[in-house]
Amino acid sequence: MTEQIIFYLLAIVVTVFSILAVTSKRIVRSATYLLFVLLATAGLYMLLGYYFLFAVQVSVYAGGIMVLFIMAIFLTHKPGNNVSIKQGWRVRLSLLLSVAGLLLCGEIILNNTIGIVRFAGKEEPTMQQIGTAMLGTGKQQYLLSFEMMSILLLACIVGAILIARKTKTEKNEPNETEL
Amino acid sequence: MGELLINNTGVPVLAYQLVSLIMFFAGIYGFFTRRNLMMILISVELILNAADINFAVFNRYLYPGEMEGMFFALFTIAIAACETAVAIAIIINVYRNFGNAEVDNLKKMKG
Amino acid sequence: MEYTLMILLLPLVSFVLLGLFGNKLSHKTSGMIGTGSLLMVALLSFYAAGEYFTTQKVDAIFQTLVPLNVPWLNMGANLHIDMGILLDPLSVMMLVVISTVSLMVHIYSLGYMKGERGFQRYYAFLSLFTFSMMGLVLSTNIFQMYIFWELVGVSSYLLIGFYYTKPAAVAASKKAFIVTRFADMFFLIGILVLSYFTQTFDFGTLTSGNSAIFQQAVSAQFLGASALVWAMALIFIGGAGKSAMFPLHIWLPDAMEGPTPVSALIHAATMVVAGVYLVARLFPVYVLFTPQVLEGIAYVGAFTSMFAAVIAIVQTDIKRVLAFSTISQIGFMMVALGVSKFDGHEGLGYMASLFHLFTHAMFKALLFLGAGSVIHAVHSNEMEKMGGLRKQMPVTHLTFLAACLAIAGIPPFSGFFSKDEILSATYQYNTGLGIWMTLVAALTAFYIFRLYFSIFWGKEKQHAHTPQESPKSMTFPLIFLAIPTLLAGFIPFGQFVTADRAPYSIHMDWLVAVISVIVALEAIFIASKLYQHPDKKPATVPSGLKGFHKAASHRFYVDEVYLLITRKILFNGISRAFAWFDRHVVDGFINGLATATDWLSVRIRGFQSGETEWYAWVFLFGTLLITAWMLFV
Repeated sequence: MTEQIIFYLLAIVVTVFSILAVTSKRIVRSATYLLFVLLATAGLYMLLGYYFLFAVQVSVYAGGIMVLFIMAIFLTHKPGNNVSIKQGWRVRLSLLLSVAGLLLCGEIILNNTIGIVRFAGKEEPTMQQIGTAMLGTGKQQYLLSFEMMSILLLACIVGAILIARKTKTEKNEPNETEL
Repeated sequence: MGELLINNTGVPVLAYQLVSLIMFFAGIYGFFTRRNLMMILISVELILNAADINFAVFNRYLYPGEMEGMFFALFTIAIAACETAVAIAIIINVYRNFGNAEVDNLKKMKG
Repeated sequence: MEYTLMILLLPLVSFVLLGLFGNKLSHKTSGMIGTGSLLMVALLSFYAAGEYFTTQKVDAIFQTLVPLNVPWLNMGANLHIDMGILLDPLSVMMLVVISTVSLMVHIYSLGYMKGERGFQRYYAFLSLFTFSMMGLVLSTNIFQMYIFWELVGVSSYLLIGFYYTKPAAVAASKKAFIVTRFADMFFLIGILVLSYFTQTFDFGTLTSGNSAIFQQAVSAQFLGASALVWAMALIFIGGAGKSAMFPLHIWLPDAMEGPTPVSALIHAATMVVAGVYLVARLFPVYVLFTPQVLEGIAYVGAFTSMFAAVIAIVQTDIKRVLAFSTISQIGFMMVALGVSKFDGHEGLGYMASLFHLFTHAMFKALLFLGAGSVIHAVHSNEMEKMGGLRKQMPVTHLTFLAACLAIAGIPPFSGFFSKDEILSATYQYNTGLGIWMTLVAALTAFYIFRLYFSIFWGKEKQHAHTPQESPKSMTFPLIFLAIPTLLAGFIPFGQFVTADRAPYSIHMDWLVAVISVIVALEAIFIASKLYQHPDKKPATVPSGLKGFHKAASHRFYVDEVYLLITRKILFNGISRAFAWFDRHVVDGFINGLATATDWLSVRIRGFQSGETEWYAWVFLFGTLLITAWMLFV
């Protein structure tokens, strides 16, 4: 019972704030709403019993990425500007398409998944299991993906720095050192 | 729908899925409607998150002993982080070149 | 007798050599190569003739030898085109004729074409022509003959248009090729009709006298005549084009734009008799199964003879006179074939026609080469510019006189014997036709002696440099050709070439002979009165004949009629419509495709607008579409 109440709370938070995030006229508000959505999603993970995932979501997503977002917002906007909205017909059309998509997928979901409810047993994975799976090389173990993730992160770091650095012509410092 | 609250069987899959569905399409709507690049990025994050919830839910409900869905969600979060970093780098570049971070500026690939 | 393959291949090798490497060889070398190979060909031909005529008789009938016959192209169950060599009296005789005249022309050209630009090309084309003509007469089947027929036409085109910088020569070569090609279209249709019904191309099968193969052809009727009659008539039209019968004669006078040795070889002795050869080759079919076509051939020949002779009387260009004379003489040959029957004495016309072919080749080549010698000395073709040359060019004068006597039919020259046989054959067939042909013979004597007296007698004209006798390379062939002109009449031709291959001893029909000689002598006398002394030349033509004279000197306006038909009817009427169709419908369609593609691409280019949101739209839209399709279809 409590589970259901908590769920509905979190669900309402998610839906309301996600819709607000995409319709707000101010960027910082949009970012804040996104933060709330992410936190609520973390809560949903907790409800499902994935504690590790919850932790990761909070720390990486809600913590790291959101901070990145806010910083980027402040880097790329002159203060005080409000974002402009698009022409009316585009808004209507995308609304229409989104609703259409929603209905389509909703119909598929309704047709295929309505009967499933939760199992009785609650088997959450322990940290030891997660750790072994993350670094193992057997079946259903994710060492390769893990290593590739690390390489991907490296590539993204390097790429982001490379793309965003200032070139000599922009900054008038002759002693700019290469990174 | 009334039994959803009264029964002791827990939250049905359908509910989780509807949540993620709404989040997903909100993200899509935002992607097409927004003019500012940062807002488009926010919409993309919404989409990714919706997919993550889906993974986790299916893993929990259909394959309780396995962990694949959770790991997938984990990796998706990591990838989202990378992608956000690179995207912000690009947006900063756009801002430097055009003075504002609007998607209308990116018209050089015409024809 | 497989060495006869060398007769065919030597000129081909010479053509390839001279054609590919002629630019790098000197004039002398290429002349030597060309003449040398022809000398070998001539020797081989004489040897082959000697061997054939002495050894190939079985029961006093000459056998057909096929030393070589290779199936080349298979079409259907029974039809196949072979490439082979056929030796029978007709083809062996033609071998001798062609190789002799060709050799003489090669030697003559060493002197005549000396120093000309394109000397090597000339010899290469001469070799090509010799190869084609040899292939034509040695063919075993009608399709192989058609292939070589076309090759001969091509060589003729190349040689007539030898002076390709002269527009008149280019026009003449085109005219020759187009007219003969036009006739060859009918030839091809005739071949196809014939082979369709008889299921064979082979000459041996067709001329074996077996009527079973013609059953179907005779029974199939089209517009009142049987298919066989149509086929043979069409084949004759093809032959008539090459042999310059009326009304397909228009190309031959214009073909005189080529060098004179070419005219001697192609347009006097060899190519133009290809039509006669064709009819002679298919003679058993003509005489046994389609005699009505043969009758038509006789009348066409007779009309052409008279027509050409009348025109020849009023021409002023030496070569044109000789060209029309050739047309007229070939008319004689056609008439002789037309009136002939098959067996024994009845086949007199066949034998006479081929005898005349033989002698005519010799004396007509001599006439042309002599004319070339005169033209070379005087640097002009017109008779007005010549006169009194007998003192300055004795060898040419005497040989030319011999040839003129031969063509006029004066004994003991060869022309007398062959023409006499033709005349007696026509008298046997139909007295009226005999009288007509005798009249033509009289005209022949008149115009040829008009030519002779105008060139060699009369007052000497002023020239830039005095004409002298031609070099030895040019006079040697003249002397050589004078020998058969004098003596060939005494060859018992009937022992060699007859319709049914059995020997036939020629009887002299004294009445006909005497009449023809008297008529010829009278004509010569009149000509000498008019032309021998210049002051006696008729300055004005009697007024009644003035219009006729004008028409004859314009060749009776046949060329103008052709031009009218082609320009007004074909070009304006038909070609214009087709050209319009091609330009507007066909090209328009292609252009329309291009325009449509352009328009479409401009529209599609909008898809790559460069706007990121637009791309996102398309992406979403596409995804939804594919999803819906995959789910619901």
